[in-house]
Amino acid sequence: MKDLSGQPLIVLKGVTKIFGEGQAAVEALRGVDLRIDTGEFVAVMGPSGSGKSTCMNILGCLDTPTAGSFLFKGVDVGQLSRNSRALLRRHYQGFVFQGFNLLNRTSALENVELPLIYRGISAAQRKERALRALETVGLKGWERLTPGELSGGMQQRVAIARAIVTGPTVLLADEPTGNLDTARSREIMDLLTLLNRDSGITIIMVTHEPDMATYAKRIIHFLDGTVALDEKTGGKN
Amino acid sequence: MLGNSILLAFREIRRNVLRSFLTILGIVIGVAAVIIMVTIGGGATVQVSQQISNLGSNLLMVTPGKRLGPGQTSETVPFKMSDVDAITRDVSSIAAVAPVSSRSLQAVAGNSNWSTTVTGTENSYFKVTKRSIRSGRTFSESELRSGSAVCILGDTVRRKLFGNQDPLGEKIRLEKLSCKVIGLMEPKGQSTMGTDQDDLVVIPLRTLQRRVTGSTNIGLIQVSVRDGASTEKVQMEIGQLMRERRHLAPEEDDNFNVMDMKEITKMLTGTTQLLTALLSAVAAVSLLVGGIGIMNIMLVSVTERTHEIGIRLAIGALEREVLMQFLVEAVVLSSFGGLLGIVLALAGSVWLSGLLRVPFVFNAGIVMIAFLFSAAVGVIFGYFPALKAARLDPIVALRHE
Repeated sequence: MKDLSGQPLIVLKGVTKIFGEGQAAVEALRGVDLRIDTGEFVAVMGPSGSGKSTCMNILGCLDTPTAGSFLFKGVDVGQLSRNSRALLRRHYQGFVFQGFNLLNRTSALENVELPLIYRGISAAQRKERALRALETVGLKGWERLTPGELSGGMQQRVAIARAIVTGPTVLLADEPTGNLDTARSREIMDLLTLLNRDSGITIIMVTHEPDMATYAKRIIHFLDGTVALDEKTGGKN
Repeated sequence: MLGNSILLAFREIRRNVLRSFLTILGIVIGVAAVIIMVTIGGGATVQVSQQISNLGSNLLMVTPGKRLGPGQTSETVPFKMSDVDAITRDVSSIAAVAPVSSRSLQAVAGNSNWSTTVTGTENSYFKVTKRSIRSGRTFSESELRSGSAVCILGDTVRRKLFGNQDPLGEKIRLEKLSCKVIGLMEPKGQSTMGTDQDDLVVIPLRTLQRRVTGSTNIGLIQVSVRDGASTEKVQMEIGQLMRERRHLAPEEDDNFNVMDMKEITKMLTGTTQLLTALLSAVAAVSLLVGGIGIMNIMLVSVTERTHEIGIRLAIGALEREVLMQFLVEAVVLSSFGGLLGIVLALAGSVWLSGLLRVPFVFNAGIVMIAFLFSAAVGVIFGYFPALKAARLDPIVALRHE
């Protein structure tokens, strides 16, 4: 892969996404322009159907724009093959989902090791790095338990450990606190804030809850497939 | 990458131990069945050859009837005693010639009765078939000539009719013929195809012809060639003699058969091998069914794990890595089934060969083939489900619960 440094992390230029064809066609994104730099902590808000999830899928290289371009570190992701996009995800991105998306009946440690397996990292190093990631999220000593044996908050911590274990440039979080109570949500947000501040990981987070958005340093509001408001806030550092 | 796929496959199999085991059961049974069939069949073939070579390589069997194929004959022109005399007189390098005619009969002594084979022959029979007399005597010249009611018992018949009593001098009844026991044969044990070689009563040929069958036909002539003489040469000489005696024109085929032990071996092992091949083919079908079982469970697994595949793809797994994972999983499953099948088959073969009294002959070739076949089943039947998994859209897969 060519050198990807020296370029802005994420640039969206006139990104449009249309689902379906003809009469049934739905325009989910209508010409979104956006730039996100390394080290930012961005909250993405907006009502259902505003296009924020579609935008996240594109940012996560899971989907490609119908029109316009998405440059990730200067590379036009829309032109990449499915495999190349998978490699981008593998090397630069970490994912945290609302539903945690951990493998059932698989220990926390093995869940966290998973992305490292795809990176071809040796067993010993894999274990060491996974244990370190679990320690970072405050789950030292819980690594043998399976998701079913952990509380929701803990499961989300495992998911975050899995997302950061590869040392990604950007962490994409899709409503990470959506399934958690307020206290647990705060803990998760504190953890994300910490990761952003101490590890310099760029965080882009979709959320419904204004409370949680206040943790971010920048809030982008989506409405009807466009960016309605893009505001800088203080964050909670 | 392959190492990782194997690791992931093992983790997956470990997560579903019971289901994995049930999935591979078809393969286990298929592989075990094929190996057991071939091993036992091979053992039986070896046993047949061994027993025939025990009889001696210098034995020839002359039977009436054209040869059609293994074990088949057409309409027959039977032999007469004059054929036996002619062979004895005209063919050189012969150690002994025995006419043999047999009939299945009920033998009765006191309250006991036993269904057995009654063989009418002459004293040369004992020499040709390498049987010896344990007690008593063989037939006298006059008994043979006059067709006296005397008999020599095989060990099984003695045991069934007399138990622990001494049968010498006692009378047994063969249908309407009541005859005196004058001798007992040394036991020979079980033979080819599991028949009991000691389950017979030997009486003079003339006695059988006159008082049991009522015909002068002879079913079979057994010839033993003198040590050191060429079996092929004797075989040819007998063939020529028989053609002359039966007035066969040069263009006519033989209407009799002179078989040496090699041919008899071939005939008997041919039958065994055919049977083995047939049973193995049936067993192989169960391997195929096992493969379909694996495909089925892999398809279920892909559907069930759609969400998981979505997670893997989102994390950055490549299409070919997901394909490999599922393919390797299928192959690991099926090979594991193959290994289990091999272990089961070896244990089963040892046990069965003991039960059937067939030598256990380890056949490395079939074990290898069965294993490779089971692995191939995994590849073939695992590919389609694996491809299905790899082609999933991560966004759709993630939404799937």
